[in-house]
Amino acid sequence: MNETLLFTILTLCVLGVLAALILYFVAQKFKVYEDPRIDEVEKMLPGANCGGCGFPGCRGMADALVKSENIDALYCPVGGSNTMKGIAAFLGKEAAEKEPQVAVIRCSGSCDKRPKTNVYNGAKRCSIAASLYSGETGCSFGCLGFGDCELACSFGAIKINPVTGLPEVDEEKCTACGACVKACPKMIIELRKKGVKNRRVFVSCVNKDKGAVTRKACSVGCIGCGKCVKTCPFGAITLENNLAYIDPAKCKLCRKCVAECPTGAIHEVNFPPRPPKAAAETGEGVKPAAPKTDKPQAASPKASVETVKPVEEKLVEKEKPVRNVEPVSETETVKTQPAEKEDQVKTQE
Amino acid sequence: MLRTFKIGGIHPCDNKLSKSSSIEVFPLPAKVVIPLSQHIGAPASPVVAKGDKVKVGTLIATAAGFVSSNIHSSVSGTVAAVDMVPDTAGIRKMSVTINVGGDEWEESIDRSDILVKECNLSSKEIIDKIAAAGIVGMGGATFPTQVKLSVPPGKKAEYLIINGVECEPYLTSDHRVMLEKAEQVMVGVDILCKALDVKKAYIGIENNKPDAIAHMSKVAAAYPHITVVPLKVQYPQGGEKQLIDAVINRQVPSGGLPIDVGAVVQNVGTALAVYEAVQKNKPLFERVVTVTGKNLPTPKNFLVRIGTPVSALLAQCGGVPENTGKIINGGPMMGRAIANIEGTITKGSSGILTMEEKEAVRGEESPCIRCSKCVSVCPMGLEPYLLCVMSKKGLFAEMEEHKPTDCIECGSCAYTCPAHIPLLDFIRIGKGEVMKIIRSRK
Amino acid sequence: MDKKLVVSPSPHIHSSVSTPRLMSDVIIALIPAFIVSVIFYGFSSVIVTAIAVVSCLLAEYLIQRFILKGKNTLMDYSAAVTGVLLAFNLPATIPWWIIVIGSVVAIGVGKMSFGGLGRNPFNPALVGRVFLLISFPVQMTSFTLPNSVDATSGATPLSFVKQALAKGESLSEIMPNFNSFDLFLGDKGGSLGEIAAGALLLGFVYLLWRKVITWHIPVYILGTMFIFSGILWMVDPEQFVNPLFQILTGGAILGAVYMATDYVTSPMNPKGMLIYGVGIGVITILIRVWGAYPEGISFAILIMNAVVPLINKYTRPRRFGIVKSK
Repeated sequence: MNETLLFTILTLCVLGVLAALILYFVAQKFKVYEDPRIDEVEKMLPGANCGGCGFPGCRGMADALVKSENIDALYCPVGGSNTMKGIAAFLGKEAAEKEPQVAVIRCSGSCDKRPKTNVYNGAKRCSIAASLYSGETGCSFGCLGFGDCELACSFGAIKINPVTGLPEVDEEKCTACGACVKACPKMIIELRKKGVKNRRVFVSCVNKDKGAVTRKACSVGCIGCGKCVKTCPFGAITLENNLAYIDPAKCKLCRKCVAECPTGAIHEVNFPPRPPKAAAETGEGVKPAAPKTDKPQAASPKASVETVKPVEEKLVEKEKPVRNVEPVSETETVKTQPAEKEDQVKTQE
Repeated sequence: MLRTFKIGGIHPCDNKLSKSSSIEVFPLPAKVVIPLSQHIGAPASPVVAKGDKVKVGTLIATAAGFVSSNIHSSVSGTVAAVDMVPDTAGIRKMSVTINVGGDEWEESIDRSDILVKECNLSSKEIIDKIAAAGIVGMGGATFPTQVKLSVPPGKKAEYLIINGVECEPYLTSDHRVMLEKAEQVMVGVDILCKALDVKKAYIGIENNKPDAIAHMSKVAAAYPHITVVPLKVQYPQGGEKQLIDAVINRQVPSGGLPIDVGAVVQNVGTALAVYEAVQKNKPLFERVVTVTGKNLPTPKNFLVRIGTPVSALLAQCGGVPENTGKIINGGPMMGRAIANIEGTITKGSSGILTMEEKEAVRGEESPCIRCSKCVSVCPMGLEPYLLCVMSKKGLFAEMEEHKPTDCIECGSCAYTCPAHIPLLDFIRIGKGEVMKIIRSRK
Repeated sequence: MDKKLVVSPSPHIHSSVSTPRLMSDVIIALIPAFIVSVIFYGFSSVIVTAIAVVSCLLAEYLIQRFILKGKNTLMDYSAAVTGVLLAFNLPATIPWWIIVIGSVVAIGVGKMSFGGLGRNPFNPALVGRVFLLISFPVQMTSFTLPNSVDATSGATPLSFVKQALAKGESLSEIMPNFNSFDLFLGDKGGSLGEIAAGALLLGFVYLLWRKVITWHIPVYILGTMFIFSGILWMVDPEQFVNPLFQILTGGAILGAVYMATDYVTSPMNPKGMLIYGVGIGVITILIRVWGAYPEGISFAILIMNAVVPLINKYTRPRRFGIVKSK
């Protein structure tokens, strides 16, 4: 009995040592040298594996960062400039400066603004609907609303609002990795620089149809009238194929175009509500001008309906001088509390 | 035992409601909208401008590239506009709008009914004439015919196979053509044989059209090199690869073309168009369209000018019935749903089909029960369930080895799925993505 | 036209086949065998089937409602099929609470724990049956002999033969006890559904006619069993029973036609089905001849169920255009 036990234990031990030796030598023979810095750099990266840098994952990016001489072309949109600076310092290389960006949705044709002309009954994917036909509405450029962008986002930063049928970007979570931009078959989503205090002005439409066609399909589309182009003091707006585009590099955020746009296709984000003072001073009782303020967070449907109301009013008042060239910094406190700001907008109306 | 293809296949109810109504000439519409991309390949470039007078058969756009096609006016009148007009799918396409005035044809067109059998042109001359007439595959694929007839160097066509299968349910346009224009089709087939320099042509017709088989066989008796082959009814026999398998028992290799096995396939409608183009100098500006549907009072077959709005065709059949839920351009298996009924008939429209509301909406999707029915019906021997899941998850790189690029989009898998999973919707997307991957590698 | 048209990608028509229709066809196909079991076992077989079906449905409903929090899936009838198949694998005299335990295990462990219909790797009814067979071996193997007045517990033909062989009797002495025609009709000991070979085959014909299943799996299984046991029989007819007896007894037909063909747990293409069917046939005979249990098809099916994902990974259907033309 004892002998059997001993023999078994011995055999197992010898086997174990043998296997360990074989493993050791094999491991030595087939060892692949890898720069230890790759591991370090990978740790410094956000680890989201979103592919926003163009590599399959953070490891691939780390590999490229370590191996390439010049890392100007490499940029991690998720980590942003700080991460890149840290990595560059670690590797002793120069990092490219890039302004932080955020995804913006260039369509505001919600269900009530853009009536449906047919009912889609296929698999609920934008890519499938887009390859089939023009979409459920008269606008063949606008958002299809099946949420391919939502599926593509690994950060939960973009969600389809069931009431408007449009995606909404959570600026806090958005890392500008660009996955949604690639996923959108209508190319509605654009990465724009975050802007000073997160403030942005952009044309929320990609419709290239002629004005009349656009108007028929959607009440908030860009009709290519060109008023904004004439208004812009900085030449930041171009009109091509019946569609206005605001160059973020040139735009000084004066918001003149926002007031000028007859359909409300130009949106301003994160601006303080226009002070009622401005209206009082012009003496003509301007309403708190066109607060088409896109909420940074998912706005309540009620608010979004309300905010676009003053479109007609604006039409009438378009001749009025718009006064706020440089957005005032008085509202620093307000900006930090977007919820409160929304309330203000509502109460003012 | 009748011949058919060997792998997969389904048997949908054929519903050939309009098979006994003979082809009627459709009245001229008030205006036509002729899209400049009615074919696979580059859109044609317009050669007319607003205000130009055109006659029936006047060239209005020329082929822009090798794979492209000429486009001719289908009416006489004045060009009203050359701009973007939404087609039946609602997609804006460059189109020529012509206001109809009278019905004046180009003098070169021989409008007589006399059958011209003799053709002494060379292969090259025939192909040039076909290209000039803007003929494309009329079965629905709309591939420019002259490209298909130009056999690449090093390859040799042995057989011409004429597709008279019409395996799509409801559609009867090819059936009627075979019954009413058999003589002309036969001359067209003869001309195609000359163009390709082949010694043997087969005309494949499914067994649910016994009258067409009998009539075509009778007419073909005068042509020793043309044989009519009756085929067992099975969808998708009209698929090029399936038809070749059924008729001459050869399988086109994966990723290959019919010419790789020495075959060229043409539709009967194309054969008719070839006859008219070569013998009568008549370009392709009208075609036979079936207007049908279970809820339509009078399903009919019309000879329609290209560019006629779909709504006009439906009006001629008694208007769109109240309970219509969906209108389809083409057959129910591969046709495209119409979002805009003011869109117009193009060279590839073989039928307009109305569906009742209850039929129009898909069944509710439930979980896959792995019944493998999709695998057993796939005529290409693919695994639709697997492709669908991979496409859903975006695993396009892994998908490639499962050959989504072989998919002919016949829809048999989605037709048969007991769980109502939109298999083809996802496979199509996967196919496109895998194509992109393959192209980027080249 | 003011009405909105429906737009969807092709195809625009659908065959009338749906999951509930397939499942209800399976139930219809089992009706002949059920009638036979009522003839032989009387009302108790109705009760056993009813308890099994109701508890399976209830288990599915409750799990779906309170644990998975999904929508009601009873209307796909798959739980009902599991219930009927489980009942068919039980003896008529089994106590009701064992049936309930079996049903809960079948649905809860065999199916819903993997996420419900379409995700389970093993046939749920067989999971329930094997669980009961191991947990309650006595109750699960005491069969009332059909038509016996005193309701003494008897044995299935397979276990009878196995015990007799163990005692050293030769087959030429045992076999005259059985008549293949009786075996075919169902006049033998066994669980509710396994006795009536003829009625089960009738159901098989129905399933083939309705195109619910293809012939492949049942024919591969029964064919393999026939050939394998036939070879053994030719080697020594005194030690090994004849192939016809192997096929007509035990749950061979029930298993081959109704359990092995379960969509979810069987391979997806003909080549895979061949491997799967042959595997089940061979394992069944191995267990019957050399194993401890007289009957082995349940274990054989479960073992092959486990291999199915692997089979699916390595077998491909015949592709168009891969074979070089002549």
